[in-house]
Amino acid sequence: MNGDRVTKALLFISSLIILLLSAGIVLSLTGGAIPAFKEYGLGFITSTVWNPTSGSEEYGAMPFIAGTVITSVLALIICIPMAFSTSLFIAEYYRGTRTAGILRSLVDLLAGIPSIVYGFWGFYALRPLLISTGLTDQGFGVFTASLVLAIMIVPYATSLSTEIISMVPAELKEAAFSLGATRREVIFSVVIPSARSGIVASFILALGRALGETMAVTLLIGNANLIPKGLFAPGNTMASVIANQFGEADGLKMSALIAIGLLLFVITALVNAAGKLIVKRFA
Amino acid sequence: MQIELKDNIKRRNRTNGRFRYLIIAGAAVTVIPIFLIVGNLALKGYRQINIAFFTEPAPDTFQAMTAASSGEIIPGGIANGLTGSLLMVLAASLLAIPLGLMTGIYLYENREKRYAGIIRSLTEILQGVPSIILGIIAYIWVVKNITRGYSALAGSVALTIMMLPLIIRSTEETMLMIPTTIREAAFALGVPYYKMIYKILIPVSFSGLATGVLLALSRILGETAPLMLTALGSPSISFDITKPVSAVPLLIWDFYNDPNMVNLVWSASLFLMVFVLSMNLLSRRIASKRKYI
Repeated sequence: MNGDRVTKALLFISSLIILLLSAGIVLSLTGGAIPAFKEYGLGFITSTVWNPTSGSEEYGAMPFIAGTVITSVLALIICIPMAFSTSLFIAEYYRGTRTAGILRSLVDLLAGIPSIVYGFWGFYALRPLLISTGLTDQGFGVFTASLVLAIMIVPYATSLSTEIISMVPAELKEAAFSLGATRREVIFSVVIPSARSGIVASFILALGRALGETMAVTLLIGNANLIPKGLFAPGNTMASVIANQFGEADGLKMSALIAIGLLLFVITALVNAAGKLIVKRFA
Repeated sequence: MQIELKDNIKRRNRTNGRFRYLIIAGAAVTVIPIFLIVGNLALKGYRQINIAFFTEPAPDTFQAMTAASSGEIIPGGIANGLTGSLLMVLAASLLAIPLGLMTGIYLYENREKRYAGIIRSLTEILQGVPSIILGIIAYIWVVKNITRGYSALAGSVALTIMMLPLIIRSTEETMLMIPTTIREAAFALGVPYYKMIYKILIPVSFSGLATGVLLALSRILGETAPLMLTALGSPSISFDITKPVSAVPLLIWDFYNDPNMVNLVWSASLFLMVFVLSMNLLSRRIASKRKYI
């Protein structure tokens, strides 16, 4: 029948568009990055100099790779205890109660707040608070950015680990309880070991989120094109340097920024793939 | 052999109790930020929200400065951002919703094929791509080659690529929940394939599909980074898709960069957050009230 063939063709073509889109993204990023890699070779990745002054132009990605990795990992470290206790609260201690439902929706709401609102809130509400602790003069820097990033990625880490923890078979837990284990012992000897890979995957996926976050970080990290010298020192991430400098860039600088975009793309794709692989294999 | 059976149950119970309080405290710390953010924005943002806020374009620095120095409410509003957001989100939806639905149905119908597996993985990768990179892509494709300058179209393309994977995955996941017997019943009655799709598959899973679309919309409405690289922003109301336009999140960024307009940032952020969160809640509400699936 004709209608059938047209429908099948349409469905196939739309799936083909996804294929073309993905190929186009990779090709365009690579194409845009070629001038930078031609100029500096693979040294572009390891060079720590970022100097856009015309005449002595020199571009290297290392300050931003370091900034991205440091802020994201720090955010993850801050996020782990929060997400871990929230998912145990929802899936273990108060499982099925109204309180757990409310907590769950509240955490989901965190995922709905736009990135720029987080950044702005961090700038005007959190930054003065950090300054008043005396740890930092300006309030900008790696730690401020990581703190806000941690709040932003909590919902992603929480939702998956909640799901995994609630899937731990009740028989296993009951067996441990019947042997006289306390709740904490059940959690540490039964729940966590059997949900371990899922929990790890949820944190890896949250890390993948943190790596590409742009606006909140751009507002808070202080925008210095060097490897951050400490927890409260300013820096720049791969995403924030693109957001800050793409508008006024051309020629080699634009190519360098696109090359940073390509590197960011590769890093996030690898991290996400690792997370998904763990989920698929063990969960 | 003598086995020592010594149970220090008191200590174990104590650590057990402490651990429980630790978990409760951790969960409380996690939700505190949402109250802080909502409270902060509501408290500082409500003053600027009036009718002019929705009907007038953004003020210029000078107007804002005079108002701020005399302690008055800053004139003007976010109308140019509202129209720009509307234009780009509409254009992105026109592209992404049909394309996403069709691809999702394709994946559902051809689950076993290797090719479908590849498309599914690509969709997952696309979903993980940071939005700023999609801004670069839209810049290379549209700004440089099609509109030869910043444009609403470029912004829409970036938003389309963001929406697509979200809609594809929600479509496939929704369809997977339809009992296969419904499909088989339709085929047994001799219903042609395409009729089965739009008379059975789509209506039956409608609320699920709507949830996916609304969630995707609430994701892209707050996006700023890709629009900075594509739509750029514009001080006036414009509906020309080949010209730069503003958007609500872009206005927040502009206001933020102008010290005179701080009050407007609070209001614009409050509005954006309330709008996005209500859309989010609405989609969850639909999801929880589903009739069939």
